[in-house]
Amino acid sequence: MKRVLILTIAAVTLAAACGSSSKPAAKPETSPTTTPARITTVRLLTHSSFAVSKAVLADFTKQTGYKVKLVQPGDAGLVVNEAILRKDNPVADAMFGVDTTFLTRALDAGIFDAYEAHGLETVPASLQADAQHRVTPIDRSSVCVDFDKSWFDHNGRPPAPASLDDLVDPRYKNLTVVENASTSSPGLAFLMATVVAKGDGGWAAYWRALRKNGVRVDDDWTAAYQTDFTAGGASGDRPIVVSYGSDPAADVVYSDPHRATPKVGVIASTCFGQTEFAGVLHGAHNVAGARALVDFLLTRRFQEDMPLQMYVNPVVRGATLPAVFTKWAVDPAHPLSIDPATISAKRSDWIKEWTNLVVR
Amino acid sequence: MTRRTPLGRAARCARVAIPVGFLALFFAWPLGAIFARSLRAGALVDVVTDPVLRRVAWFTLWQAVVSTALTLAVGLPAAYVVARYDFPGRRAFRAFVTVPFVLPTVVVATAFLALLRPGGPLEFLHWQRGIAPMLVAHVFFNVAVVVRTVGGFWANLDPRREEAARMLGASRFRAFRHVTVPLLAPAIAAAASIVFLFTFTSFGVALLLADPAHATLEVEIYRQAVELFDLRTAAALALLQIVAVLAVLFALARVQERRAVAQRLVGAADSARRPRGRERFVVGAILGVTTLFLGGPLAVLVWRSLHVGAHWSLGSFRALGSSASASTLFVSPWAAVRNSVEFAAIATAIALVVGGMASVVIAARPGRATRTMDAFLMLPLGTSAVTVGFGFLLAFEHAPSGLATSPFLVPIAHAVVAVPFVIRAVVPALRSIDPRLRDAATMLGAAPRRVWREVDLPITARAFAVAAGFCAAVSLGEFGATLFIARPDWPTVPIAIQRFLARPGEINVDQALAMSVILMLLTVVVVFAIERVRVRDLGEL
Repeated sequence: MKRVLILTIAAVTLAAACGSSSKPAAKPETSPTTTPARITTVRLLTHSSFAVSKAVLADFTKQTGYKVKLVQPGDAGLVVNEAILRKDNPVADAMFGVDTTFLTRALDAGIFDAYEAHGLETVPASLQADAQHRVTPIDRSSVCVDFDKSWFDHNGRPPAPASLDDLVDPRYKNLTVVENASTSSPGLAFLMATVVAKGDGGWAAYWRALRKNGVRVDDDWTAAYQTDFTAGGASGDRPIVVSYGSDPAADVVYSDPHRATPKVGVIASTCFGQTEFAGVLHGAHNVAGARALVDFLLTRRFQEDMPLQMYVNPVVRGATLPAVFTKWAVDPAHPLSIDPATISAKRSDWIKEWTNLVVR
Repeated sequence: MTRRTPLGRAARCARVAIPVGFLALFFAWPLGAIFARSLRAGALVDVVTDPVLRRVAWFTLWQAVVSTALTLAVGLPAAYVVARYDFPGRRAFRAFVTVPFVLPTVVVATAFLALLRPGGPLEFLHWQRGIAPMLVAHVFFNVAVVVRTVGGFWANLDPRREEAARMLGASRFRAFRHVTVPLLAPAIAAAASIVFLFTFTSFGVALLLADPAHATLEVEIYRQAVELFDLRTAAALALLQIVAVLAVLFALARVQERRAVAQRLVGAADSARRPRGRERFVVGAILGVTTLFLGGPLAVLVWRSLHVGAHWSLGSFRALGSSASASTLFVSPWAAVRNSVEFAAIATAIALVVGGMASVVIAARPGRATRTMDAFLMLPLGTSAVTVGFGFLLAFEHAPSGLATSPFLVPIAHAVVAVPFVIRAVVPALRSIDPRLRDAATMLGAAPRRVWREVDLPITARAFAVAAGFCAAVSLGEFGATLFIARPDWPTVPIAIQRFLARPGEINVDQALAMSVILMLLTVVVVFAIERVRVRDLGEL
C-alpha cells in the first residue's frame, strides 16, 4: 500500500514535469492569454446561455484592441460558485450573469472589485443593487407562468389560465409543469414568486394545493419546456409551464413554419423580476480590459443586441428594441420581486422546505 | 520468466507509472484538492445519519444493481448472437448498438416520451414517469457495453470446448451453463462493473425520466454543490459515493481475477458460423427484439428530424448551415463534427496507451496491489462530475495561466472516462493467454518486446479494437466533463445539441434533432471504421 502511494507521488511529479513542457506545444491554435508586450485578450466568465452577435463582439475588439475569450462552464449558479472557488486567482477578468438570486452570495464572497462603469447614469437607480458599484446591472428578465394558447382554444377545455390561483383549480388538474427549485434558476424564481404573492404564511399551503392538483416537477428548463410543455419540443402533454416573459417573442422568431403570432401566452401577474449583473473580477490579470468590457456591455450597441440574442430586456434608457420583441415579449412594469439580501438569507430554508413539501 | 534487464525494469516501471500518474494528475489530485478544502468529519456524520440522504443512497444503489442485471439480461443474448453467428450486417449491427450509448439523455428522453405518451405507439403500457422508464432507459443506454465487451471476448472463445461437452452428451443448456458461462465470467463481471458505475452515477436519466423524488446521489451532490453551495455536504456525499463504488469494484475485480483461466483463444472468424435450421429462428428473434428495442426511439428521432411541421422536409438540416453565422452561441454542424472527431481521435489514442499499459500490469500480476490499481483506474466512472470539476479549478489554480480552460483538457477528460473501458475489454483477453505460449516464444529466443508483439498483441487485437470503438464513442457522446472545461469556441456535437435545446421555438428543436441524427451517423461511421481494421493472424475483427 505504501509502495503504491510513493509510486503515485513519483508519477505525479513525473507527469507534471512532462506536462508542463508538452502542454504549451499541444495547443498552438489557442491564443495565448498574455504576451510580454501587452495583454491583447480579455476573458469573460459567463453562463452557458450567454450569446452575442459575432459582429457586435468584433466591434468591441475594433474599438479597444482586446479580443474576448469566453469561459462558459455551466449555468449561472455553477459559474458563481466557480468564481468563488477561484477568488484569489480568477479564471477570467470580468464576469457576466450573476442574477438577483446569487448576487449576495457573490458579493459576500468578495469576488468583485468596485468599478463605476461608463454609461451607468443611463441605468435606472432602482436597478443598481450595489452602492459600491462592485456589480453593474446589464439586463432584466422575468420568469413567468406561460401557457400553450392553441391547446386552450379547443372546445371542452377550460379558458387559458389567468392567475396563480387558476393553477390550483381542479379544472387545471395535471396541466402544469414547473422546474425544481433546488436545481433550476427559473424554478427558484417561481418559488419566490409564490412567496411574494402568497406571503410567508401562505406559500406552503399554495404548493401543497399545487401538488394535489398534479403539478409535475422537472429538474431543469430544457426538460420542462422541451420535453413536457405542449408548445415546446412536440412530445409534451402539459400546456402550462414556468418559463420566461420573453418566450412569445422567441416563439415567433424561431417558428417553423413561420407564424406571425406566438402560440405561447404569458400570465403577466405571475412574473418574477430578475436583474443580471456584470463586474470586474478581483485579481483580474487584465483590469483595463475587464473595465472596458463592462463599459461595453452598457453601450447601446450591446444592449440593443441582447433582446434577440438572450431574450432579455436592456437596462439602459432609450435602447431601441426590435419590433418582434416590443410586440410580443411580456415585461410587466412592476413584477413580483424580493431584494437580494432577503433572498440570500432565506433561500436555503425556502429550498429545503419546498423540497420536503413537493418532491419528497 | 522473462530476463530481467535494466531496460525491462524501466519499461515495467513506466507501465505502472504512466497510467497511475495520468489518473493521479487529472483525477486524484483534483479530487484531493476539493476534499482537502471541503471534507469535514462533522459533515460526514451528518450525511450518514440524515434519513433523507440515506434513502437517496439506498435508492441509488438498488436501482443501479437492478439496472445492471436488466442490462445483462438484454445484452447477453445479443452478445451471444454477434459472437457465435455469422449473418449479413453483423458488423453494422455491432456499430448500431453503440449509437444509444452516445446520445444526449435529453434527446433520448424526448424519444421515449414520444413513444409512451397518449397517442404514441406504446400508449398501451400506461407508463408514467418513475422508476420503470428510468430502468428501461438505463438498459437502452448501456446495452452496448455488454454486447461489445462480452461479445468481443466470447467471439474469441474456442467453440470446440462446448462442442466437446455436447458430444459427451451434455444438453445445449448444460454445456452453456458448465462450459461457456465459467469461461465468460470475467468478461461478464467486467461489463457489469462498467454498467454499474454508469447507472450508479446516473444524472440525466434520473432527472428526466424518474420524478425528482427519485434523485440519485449524483443529483443530490450537484444540488448541494451548485444550488445550495454546501460544499461540505457535497464532499461528504461524494466520498460516500466513492466508498460504495470501490466496494463493488473490489468485489467484481476479484471475480474477474479468480475466474480468469488461460485458454486457447481463436480468431473471431473461426468461432462464428452461419445459423442452421432452428438456430435461424432464435438468431432472428434475438436480433429482431434487440433492434426493435434500440431502434424504436432512434427511429422516432430520425423521423422527427425529417419533418418540419407535419411535412417531410430537410429544412432542419438546412437550418443548421444558416444559423451558425450570427451568434457566438451557434456553431456550424461541420465545425462541431470536426471538434468532436478531433477530440475523439486524441482521447482514443491517450486512452489506448494509458489503458493498454495498465491492462498489461493488471493482467500479469494478480494480487491486492494490482486490484487497487484496477479499482483506482475505474473510479473516475463512479465519481461525481461536479466534484471533480470544482476540484480541477482548485488543483490547477497555480498552473500556467489558461491551463484550466485549455481545449486540450477536453480529450484528456474524455480519456479519463475511456481508460476503464480499455482495461475492462483488454484484461480478460490478456489473462486468457496461455503463459506457455509466451514461454515458448521466449525459449525460442524472442525478446520481451517481440513476445508481446507476436503473442499478446495478435490475441488481444480484437479486444483493443473493441476498446478503441468504445473510447471513440465515449468521447463522441461525453457531455458532463466537457461542460465543466467548456471552451465555448470548441463545442462538440452534444454541446451544440444542448445549446439548441436551451431555447424555445421549433427551429431550435428541429436543429437539435438534426444534430442528434448527425451524431448517430457519426458514431456508426467511426465505430464501423475502427472495426474494419484487419489484424494479421486473427484476420478480420
